[in-house]
Parts: sequence; structure tokens; C-alpha cells
Amino acid sequence: MIYNIPYIAVMLLILVGLYAVIAKRNIIKIIMGISIIESGVNLFLVALGYREGGLAPIFTNLPEKTQIPGQLVLPVPQALTLTSIVIGVAVLALMLALAVQIYKHYKTLDVRSVRRLKE
Amino acid sequence: MSFDVISHSPALLIAIPLFGAFFTPVISRLHAKVRDGFVIVVIALTEILAIFLAQDIYTNGIRKYVFGASLPSLTRPDTISIPVRIIFEVDGMSIFMVLISLTIALVAAIYSTSFFKKEDGLDRYYTLLLLLTVGMLGMELTGDLFNFFVFLEITSISSTALIAFWIDRGESLEAALKYIIISSLGALFVLMAIGFLYGQYDALNIAALANSIQFTFIDKIALVLLLAALAMKAGIAPMHMWLPDAYGEAPPSVTIAIVAATQASLYAVLRICFTLYGSVIGMSTIGWLLIGLGLLTIFVGVTMALIQKSLTRTIAYAAVGEIGYMIIGVGTALAASTETFASVALKGGIFHIFNDILDIGLLFLVAGAVIYATNERSLENLGGLARRMKYTTIFFLIGLLAVAGMPPMNGFASKILIYESTYQLNPIISIIAILSSILLLAIFVKIFYSLFLGPELPNLKDVKEVPTGMLIAMSILAIVIIIIGLFPGYFIQNLVEPAATALSNPSNYINAILGGA
Repeated sequence: MIYNIPYIAVMLLILVGLYAVIAKRNIIKIIMGISIIESGVNLFLVALGYREGGLAPIFTNLPEKTQIPGQLVLPVPQALTLTSIVIGVAVLALMLALAVQIYKHYKTLDVRSVRRLKE
Repeated sequence: MSFDVISHSPALLIAIPLFGAFFTPVISRLHAKVRDGFVIVVIALTEILAIFLAQDIYTNGIRKYVFGASLPSLTRPDTISIPVRIIFEVDGMSIFMVLISLTIALVAAIYSTSFFKKEDGLDRYYTLLLLLTVGMLGMELTGDLFNFFVFLEITSISSTALIAFWIDRGESLEAALKYIIISSLGALFVLMAIGFLYGQYDALNIAALANSIQFTFIDKIALVLLLAALAMKAGIAPMHMWLPDAYGEAPPSVTIAIVAATQASLYAVLRICFTLYGSVIGMSTIGWLLIGLGLLTIFVGVTMALIQKSLTRTIAYAAVGEIGYMIIGVGTALAASTETFASVALKGGIFHIFNDILDIGLLFLVAGAVIYATNERSLENLGGLARRMKYTTIFFLIGLLAVAGMPPMNGFASKILIYESTYQLNPIISIIAILSSILLLAIFVKIFYSLFLGPELPNLKDVKEVPTGMLIAMSILAIVIIIIGLFPGYFIQNLVEPAATALSNPSNYINAILGGA
């Protein structure tokens, strides 16, 4: 049960994020929703990579008598998470920049008023 | 030769446009003309490299390129058994898509050189265009799922910025925001699915995953996430709503590049259905699902195109409909996996990827030319343009015949394969497909009439033909359309056939990684 808590948190984060993206009217809140989903997915990747009693595979920094590779964790999920965080920041910045521009044009961030495209 | 270009070309295909993108802002300090030439040369160089690589693949089979440990046994420290590496794997299908993307990128770059006159920020525009090309090529070349996710995000970030290029128009911003929200949501689902697969099989390589996949419950969840997210990015109905906005509001030179990016997502759908889940999937279930979605896509696209008032949005909805044709072709191939017409359907579907982008691309470029010359988007305020823009009129006529699948053009060559094979599976599918094609013809004939024929409008007295760069770009597409239409057999045999063979034999893809190395 205790090992499942991260996964339950992942599910909750994604559901909260999806709720924000689908139900909220404010563009900033929608962007926050995307960001929350992203945190959920990142947490999922990190939780996948967790091994109890595992050590980071930094070879110069291991304690004495470490069993290699028995005690080391494979760093791939962490590497994936780092990459995903970096990409997430870029996407977030781009979305917020668009929100700023939309506010300049429409003087509102309410998606119900930002709909010149609807025929 | 000491440095074998062909064996390094999968990496060079990414590296050349990527470095080109970073050098573009520097080079544009010299002169705008130098920059335009530089961008075209970079893309043309990449295309030449891709053609050489294609020839090599057609004769010598799948080519792979390994970043990192070149052999699986090269692990550091020696006791950890998993090599740290990323593999690019290029087979007939990948190189087919690479050639399409590069051709379109080249046309987009040539068109841009004379399409933008008054706008500033063009050095950033060309940088983003090259980055978009890098993203598409990466999605098509990579053999690694996480690497695929990275390139997917590169593609969506750069296309978002390009959609919002006309930043002074609120509509462009709206379309760009919609696009980035849809695509980042989709990309996160893809990442989630990658996590599911990695957690089970300890691998990110598509070939390694395909080899060990079991089709457990978790794999099914991953499949649903991947298919839903990528179908959303490929604009398959009912998840097509972002597509007409993005296509309609972006500058037309960007639009055709984004059509190519959309098809890179479609390629990923095919790669996942055929290669990753190829050995375990219940083919006919997914096949019928794709046929259903395809028919819905055609129906939605064509009926919505009927009621649009803006030129670019009409073409955008027609583009939605055209995606449906590819999907029913591929779906029929999956649903009838053992029948003989399955391979015909697959060839038709794959061939239509190429034909669609040429036809729809040409129509978008013509729409761009009309906007350039008249500064007008609504169909109601346009008319009688044939008097002033005779070349553009001819190009529109070619595009309209091709998109409706009329015999001398390329659209006919692939649509007849799709009609033929779907008829054998279920006649109703092909009837709907043919009817929709006729409707498309009706829509575009109507547009042709209201746009180019009829009396000259007073507000369009001083319209001039568009500059040479745009005419060259349009004529490249038009000539390719006619050549494919006249000699479809040659293209099917030399381009489409290897792609279809590559897709329908996933074991080759797997063995290229796990067998030899």
C-alpha cells in the first residue's frame, strides 16, 4: 500500500489538471492545469525509477562495500524526468507569452470572450 | 573515402538543419538575401543527403545509427547490463516520410522568400522553420520512444511560434494557444505511455519493446494513450478541432510545413500500430476502429468545408477530410490483414500521405498568393482574379483537380487504390469515400468560380501577379503533382512499395537492432 501512494498522487494530480484544462474558463488556469498534469507525469517517472535502498550511480561518491550493480539505481527515469522538466518550462513560457499577447488584444483572459475564430 | 557520408547521414539529417537553425540569426546580420539563400541551401543539402540515404536503404536494407554504445555489450561499468545509447533506425517508411518532409520544407522556404516583404522578425521565422524541420525529421528517423517525445515537443513548440507569426492578429494567437494546449497535453499522454512501457520492459527502444511486448492490460492502456494523443496531433476526427484554426490562421508557408508535421504524427500512429504492437495487436479491431474514425474524419471535414466563408479555412477542412482517406486505407489494411487487397490498401494509404500534402499544400500556397495579392480572406469579397493572376489560377485548377482525385492528377492514383481495396472489404466504405471526393470537387469548383471567374470587382482593380519566388514554389508542387499523376506506377514501385513492405514486416525492424548488433 505504502508503495502505491506516489501512483495515487500521480492519478490525483492528472485528474486535477485535466479538470482545470476542461472546466476552467481563465486561460491562466488552463495553463496551470497543463502544468499540474506535467508534474503528475514527472512524478510518475520518478516513482517508476525508485528502488528501496538504491544509491545514485555516481561512482566516485559511493560508500564502502557497495554492491555493484545490485544497489545502484539505473538513472534513465531520472534523466527522462529532467528532460521532460526542461521541455515543460519551454512550453510553459511559450503558453504564458501567448496569454500575455491575447490579453493585449482582447483585454480579457476569459476563453468565452476569446473566440473570434468561431464561425 | 575516409568519412563515409552515407553511414553518418541519419545523424547529419538532423545535424545540418539544426546547425543551420542556429546560424540563421548570425547570417541574417549580413543581408536578408544571404539569409534566404542560406536557408534554402541548408534544406536542399539535407534533401540531397536524404535522397542518397534513400537509395542506400532501397538497395541495402534498414540503416541504423547509434549514438553512444555502438555494441550492446559496451557497458560502463562492465557489470551493468544495459547499454546507454540512442538508436536512429531508418527503414523504407521512415525515409519516405523524410523525403516528403524535406520537399515540403524546401517549398515552404522558397515560398517564404518572396511571401514576406513588410514583416520583420524574419530571421527568427527562418530559425523556427528549420527547427520545425528538425523536429519532423527526428520524429521520423528515431528508433527510440523517449527521443521521439523530445522531437514531438520540438515540433510543437516551433510550430506554435510559427502559427502565431502574425502576432498582431488576435485569431493567430487564439489558434496558436489552442494548438499548444492540445499538443502539450498530447505529448504528456505520450510521455505517460512511455513511462508505462518503460516500467514494464526496461527499454525505450522501439525494436526492443516490440520484441518483448506482451499486450498485458497496462500495454493496452499505453496503446490507448499513445493512439489518442497521436491521433489528436494528426487531426483525426473527433479530435480535429484545433486543425482548421491552426491551418487557417498561420501564414500559408507555415501551414504546409505544419501539414507535414501533422503527417509525422500520422507516421507515428502507423509505427505504433504496425511495428510496436505489430506482433500482438488484434489487427482487425484496431483496423475497424481506424476505418470508423477515417469515415468520420472524411464526413466532418467535407461537410464543414461546405459551409466555410474563408478561403484558408475551407482548404483546412478539406485537409481534415483528406486525412480520413489515409486512415481508411491503413485501417482496411489492418482489418483485412490476410487478404490480398490488404497490401493494396496499405499502399493506397501511404501513397495518399504524399499526394495529400502536395495537393493541399498547393491549394494553401495559392490561398497565400491570393491573400498576398489582395489582402483579403473572405470569399465574399473576392472575384474575377483570373484576369490579373493567370499563373495562380492555373495552379489552383491543378490543385483542385488533384484534391478531388480527378484522373490526370496524383490524387486519383492513390484514391483509386483506396477505393478498390475498401470496396472489397465493404462497399459502403468506398461509396462514402467516393461521394466525399465528389463533394470536395463541388466545393472547390464553387470556390474556383467565385475566386477567379466572374466579373472584375472594383476593389481588386490593381491586383498584380505574385512575385517569382512564390510562383517557383507553387510550380514545384504542381509539376510533382502532374508527374506523379502521369507515372504513378514508377512512384508506387520505388517509393511506396518499400514503405509498405517496411510497415508490414515488423520483424525486419526488430531484427535490425536485436539480430545483428
